[in-house]
Amino acid sequence: MNRFLAIVEREMRKFFRSPMLMIMSMMLPLVQLLVLGHAYGGHIQGAKIAVVDQDRGPQAVKVHEAFDSVAVNIATFTTIPYTDEYTAREDVRTGKVDAAVIIPPQYSRRVYANDAPRIALVVDNSDQVMSGALEGEMQSLVDALNQPVIPDRVVKQVALQIVELYPYVEYMKYLLAGSITLAMYISVMIGGGMLYIDDKARGVHEGYLVTPISKLELVMGLNFAGAIKAVLAGICLTAIGSLMAGLGIIFNPLADLYLLLLILGTSIAFNGMMFLMMVRVDDPLVPRAMFGVLNTLLFFPSGAISPVSAFPKWLQCIAVVDPFTYAVHGLKSILLKDGGFVSIQWDLLYLFVFGFGTLLIATPLFKRTL
Amino acid sequence: MDTAQNQSKTPRAATPAIKTAAIKVEKIVKRYGDFEAVKGVDFEVADGEIFGLLGPNGAGKSTLIRMMTTLIPITAGRALIGGRDVSKEPNAVRNLIGVIPQALTSDIDLTVEENLSIYAKLYSVPRAIREKNIAEVLEAVDLTKWRGAQTKTLSGGMRRRLEIARGLVHNPQIFFLDEPTTGLDPVSRIAVWEMLNNLKKTRNLTMLLTTHYMEEADRLCDRIAIVDHGTLVALDTPVGLKQSVPGSDVVEVRFNREDDQWMERLRALASVTDVQSQSAGVYRVLTSNGSQTTTQLVEMASRLGEQLTSLSVQNTSLDDVFVHYTGRQLRDEQVKHVFSMPRKGEM
Repeated sequence: MNRFLAIVEREMRKFFRSPMLMIMSMMLPLVQLLVLGHAYGGHIQGAKIAVVDQDRGPQAVKVHEAFDSVAVNIATFTTIPYTDEYTAREDVRTGKVDAAVIIPPQYSRRVYANDAPRIALVVDNSDQVMSGALEGEMQSLVDALNQPVIPDRVVKQVALQIVELYPYVEYMKYLLAGSITLAMYISVMIGGGMLYIDDKARGVHEGYLVTPISKLELVMGLNFAGAIKAVLAGICLTAIGSLMAGLGIIFNPLADLYLLLLILGTSIAFNGMMFLMMVRVDDPLVPRAMFGVLNTLLFFPSGAISPVSAFPKWLQCIAVVDPFTYAVHGLKSILLKDGGFVSIQWDLLYLFVFGFGTLLIATPLFKRTL
Repeated sequence: MDTAQNQSKTPRAATPAIKTAAIKVEKIVKRYGDFEAVKGVDFEVADGEIFGLLGPNGAGKSTLIRMMTTLIPITAGRALIGGRDVSKEPNAVRNLIGVIPQALTSDIDLTVEENLSIYAKLYSVPRAIREKNIAEVLEAVDLTKWRGAQTKTLSGGMRRRLEIARGLVHNPQIFFLDEPTTGLDPVSRIAVWEMLNNLKKTRNLTMLLTTHYMEEADRLCDRIAIVDHGTLVALDTPVGLKQSVPGSDVVEVRFNREDDQWMERLRALASVTDVQSQSAGVYRVLTSNGSQTTTQLVEMASRLGEQLTSLSVQNTSLDDVFVHYTGRQLRDEQVKHVFSMPRKGEM
């Protein structure tokens, strides 16, 4: 026990003497949370739409009024009058405007005659986000125009009524679970993987191996210390990230307990995985080379930045075994939904089984000699 | 011409019979695939003795020390440390020994005391004794006033002393030092030598050290084993080894011009046992009678109308012994070979 604690003591003293590890493990996730959270979370505003009115009738004026209403209210776009369709299309192509609306000749007459009236929307679909947002906005605008002036007394159309279980979740809040998981991964990668191999290369392990410490004490000591570091990184990022994203759940003690359990499970899972990968590695370049690859392979398919169900099958297969997936799911269940223990029980089970399982495989592979 | 190649490679027998062997190595072998790094080495180290392992790069010194300290498995043969078999009772051996590796491996972020405390805990030194031991070893290596200093603030010599203190913190009986003064300046090196001599006297430690420095081996070691190509080529006291080299004196002579005939003429002189060419016109002449050879050299130069630009007479040094037994060829090729083995260790 003394020897196991000596290894933990050594690792923790080094960790607290060198705060760079803590700072580095939290820097990327925090920047990512801040930048991506704001970049993807907001509505599009101030897009420029060219309007070519070839009708100039009373129904075209109604369209202009609807555009003006959008411009002064949610401000998704502002309109610029164009005289000819060709110039408008060319300006969409060259990026001078984001889209063009063409109100064709005879539009008003067709509306009155119920003769399939159409308005054209020319979009630059190389930018899916912008074109999608403008299409959505124009569709709701057209739906509003289609509403009868005097509503039917008996509604025959099927309407969809959406019931949202939770308050509006901004993208930053959605991203927080991934950022916490990423901070723990970086802490394990640097504090566990890289420092472990660096210590091996510097001969520190040679010093351990000439003492009577057993293989199990050494493996457990190194992993326990690694798990503590990752837990600290996870707790710090949960607190800072929740405050940044405006999540008040961290002030609920029971939710904090579940979050702590998830952070602990994730730390053990990540440490076990990293130890298994590094147990026979001697070259300090290997963990550095693996850092980016593993990050991409494990973080992105986990559902941290977009839902797993949107991925192709092969990525979904990675997500099934990826401990990131369960950590992200569990953290989202508590942070965004306050789902209680039932919502995270399978995530916890997987994380602990994965962590102890990988450690169980790695321990016999660890060499007690050089 | 290579002296070693002309001489028998049979190791000289270890001097007096050892009463109690602190270290006993019997036909120890280490193989990496087809490559045999250590080829059946035998020796014993007596209690309280300082024993040196001398050899060129890649000779097998570090492999030997790593096998004795349980760091790498022994392929064949056996090593007994304090009467315990390294292969069968590795933990018992680990409790008996202190090991100072070649590299400086103390944690630079920790203080001197923290480094020692962690190692004391790794050896399960009880809390009551730990403090006392740390104070004693710090005193022994003259680092008491640096107790609270971070290791990164220490000089190279002080860090090496800390490594020595770390190896002593659990009161070992046998101390292994792998090139303990490599990379140190001459002043720090001498300080480490004095410290090791004091430790031997005050703690009655048995020490086994590997070194490249002949002066270090000469000043510290009671006996020296010369290892080359994984075998023991000589084992004796420093004095015994010097006497084993043909020619007890070395005359270094410089002629004013280079001549292909010099080697042959010098070899033909009475009492000369060997001649080594140093550089253009400079020769080291090994002789059993220094004064006679000096006179002959002066007479020969005068007779041939040549000029001697310098001439000096020295006793045989361990350098001569080393060159005599190991030859003079560089070992880079072998070192590369060793580094390509599964385990990178230096030999």
